[in-house]
Amino acid sequence: MKTQSTHSPGLYWTICLALMLLLALTWGLGYVDMGSFNLIAALAIGLAKALLVVLFFMHIKGSNRLLHLAAVAGLLWLFFLLALSFSDYASRGWIPLHTR
Amino acid sequence: MHLGDMNSSAPTALVAEQFDDIEQQHDAAKLGMWIFLATEVMFFGGLFLAYTIYRFIYGEAFQLASRHTAVMLGGANTAILLFSSTLMALAVRAAELGKRRPLLWLLLATAFLGVIFLGVKGFEYHKDFVDHLVPGVNFQWHEANPRGAEMFFWIYFAMTGLHAIHVTVGVVVMLTLALLAWRGRFAGGNYMPVEIAGLYWHFVDIVWIFLFPLLYLAGHRG
Repeated sequence: MKTQSTHSPGLYWTICLALMLLLALTWGLGYVDMGSFNLIAALAIGLAKALLVVLFFMHIKGSNRLLHLAAVAGLLWLFFLLALSFSDYASRGWIPLHTR
Repeated sequence: MHLGDMNSSAPTALVAEQFDDIEQQHDAAKLGMWIFLATEVMFFGGLFLAYTIYRFIYGEAFQLASRHTAVMLGGANTAILLFSSTLMALAVRAAELGKRRPLLWLLLATAFLGVIFLGVKGFEYHKDFVDHLVPGVNFQWHEANPRGAEMFFWIYFAMTGLHAIHVTVGVVVMLTLALLAWRGRFAGGNYMPVEIAGLYWHFVDIVWIFLFPLLYLAGHRG
């Protein structure tokens, strides 16, 4: 028989607990005024939760390289979308246009 | 669901003829789902881009408007989805190990939590409607920067609405899989439909993981 690709229930419940704690953390920090750090903290915690889900629930940890590539490809293209759009918005008005 | 097993009445043909072995067939199914999920990242990515740009333009208004969302309900819904993802992961394990009854119950529980999520979301939409927060229908704003606040709620409804459609599809998929599990379809090692439905459910969970802080906690509530 082939090797098993899913994990033990104990690991899944541990991940569940970690996700709930991270949710409590992001929720709690929502009541603290940290200026622009609020957004950074929220996104960092979101990334940590997403990583736990992708690595363990979606079995990226322990799967083959082709799946890693497919998973990263979506993020890479999302990065292109965001980076090119932000560079557009950030640089508007840099070059003066001669309008009548 | 899965191109490799159209002929479900023939359990002997577990490995479709185009594949060398079951492992390769499983990898092909998972790769297909991951490519679909990459397109879903782009689909939601456009909305996340819109959110970011308008938050950049209307920063203050977004933080004010965000306080009008129901953070208790949104937070509870986040916990519901995280818990449902855990049950889904256990369902995939049950499917791989060929445990029919646990699989059936875990799929039904996942679908049930999805329905609870949608119920809470629907209650929130009702609350938003009563509070005159629905752009294009009855939007009224008595604080600073009504244009920015209205833009926040356009994006709020677009993002949560698209997400709710995905949860609805997920619930239908889970119920379909539960029916198939009840009929013993996943006995004998063919658990890939459960695995790739799980990938979809976890993806929808991840989208909400980002929607919750961005929409409900955009400004601090302290």
